[in-house]
Amino acid sequence: MDGMIKVTVIDREGVAHELDGPTDMGMNMMELCKSAELPVEGTCGGMAMCASCHMYVESETDLPEKSGDEEDMLDEAFFVEDNSRLGCQLHLSEALDGLVVRLAPVG
Amino acid sequence: MIQTDILIIGAGPTGLFAVFEAGLLKLRCHLIDALPQAGGQCAEIYPKKPIYDIPAYPSILAGELVDRLMEQAAPFDPGFTLGERADAVEKDDEGQFIVTTNKGTRHRAPIIAIAGGLGSFEPRKPPVPNLAHFEDRGVEYIIKDPQFYAGKKVVISGGGDSALDWAIFLSDGVAKEVTLIHRRTEFRGHLDSVQKVMDLAAKGKLRLMTNAEVVEVRGEDHLTGLVCKSKDEGMVELATDHWVPLFGLSPKLGPIADWNLNIEKNAIEVDTFDYSTNVPGIYAIGDINTYPGKLKLILCGFHEATLMVQSAFKRIYPEKNLVLKYTTVNGVNGF
Repeated sequence: MDGMIKVTVIDREGVAHELDGPTDMGMNMMELCKSAELPVEGTCGGMAMCASCHMYVESETDLPEKSGDEEDMLDEAFFVEDNSRLGCQLHLSEALDGLVVRLAPVG
Repeated sequence: MIQTDILIIGAGPTGLFAVFEAGLLKLRCHLIDALPQAGGQCAEIYPKKPIYDIPAYPSILAGELVDRLMEQAAPFDPGFTLGERADAVEKDDEGQFIVTTNKGTRHRAPIIAIAGGLGSFEPRKPPVPNLAHFEDRGVEYIIKDPQFYAGKKVVISGGGDSALDWAIFLSDGVAKEVTLIHRRTEFRGHLDSVQKVMDLAAKGKLRLMTNAEVVEVRGEDHLTGLVCKSKDEGMVELATDHWVPLFGLSPKLGPIADWNLNIEKNAIEVDTFDYSTNVPGIYAIGDINTYPGKLKLILCGFHEATLMVQSAFKRIYPEKNLVLKYTTVNGVNGF
């Protein structure tokens, strides 16, 4: 469908959720998860300031580089791996079609 | 004992505006906040970020919004208990609430308004097994008095300014041995602090372990060592007297969760008629409350605060009738 992408979010119980993400609403992965009522807090509202939307990228999707803010916040987060990202910094666009992420544990 | 009319828990934008609206009704307010300054998230997390959805301000910095709210509340002379967390609530013989902070400060009021936002900001604790056992027995999340570490072996974790600054300070003849552990090789602190740490490490005054994190704490009654997982060296054991993990602050609902309030998903359920909770006399306004259609916006917090004080007035003075007065007609008459 035009303006829609498919992404997969694996929750903390290992269940995969296929979500349709609109690319024309300025949404990010944190917000998409929240709108699907997946357990993502998004405490800071999307400013890369809380890491409550920490997720692991499990697909080979070509993603935009991490900003300094995102790197800094991941510094204070736990369970961080090489494929860690903050969902709020992953803006839904065609480039994210087919993305697979796994929600990081909460500390 | 501090006596007031409305005891506001949380000195963020919603709590500060409640002071103004209460003041218009001649009700006095006192605010408690776990942070050392007023302003809540706006002051602590994003003071330099612009906010675009405050009516009549096309753009205002969060810090500036706090300054203006403080100015607006000033005529009503609010009291502040800052740097203390509201821990316990009880009722006295006269039906007034007594709220005691973690430092023992006692407050008395007929009305409590919880404007706690996301909760109180507390140090982010690394998910290491048995960590709680060593809290105040070798594990500290805040350095209060650097002399406490005189002659001791100290490990600091973190990559921000506080981790860098304390590593520098403690390695300058205070502690016996300082190790700084950081998950990456890049630090996000000030460049000159990073350079100083590098220089101290090169001179052997400080042990720097990058690409590493603490995964285990060891000891009996007191911390004696740590196990560190390093990308370069594998598992490394470190003997130490203290470990200070400095990973910033994160909000927790905290003791309020035990105040017998109805809570859903970390938020307090309220009646949208007056933002009252299930406990008569206790209200919840701003980001900390929830109701059908709730939006976590500063704008909505202001509205909730305004309606809340009307209801609070009627609880305090059931015999008095309340008439809405406009500030344009009456001005603002402070205390």
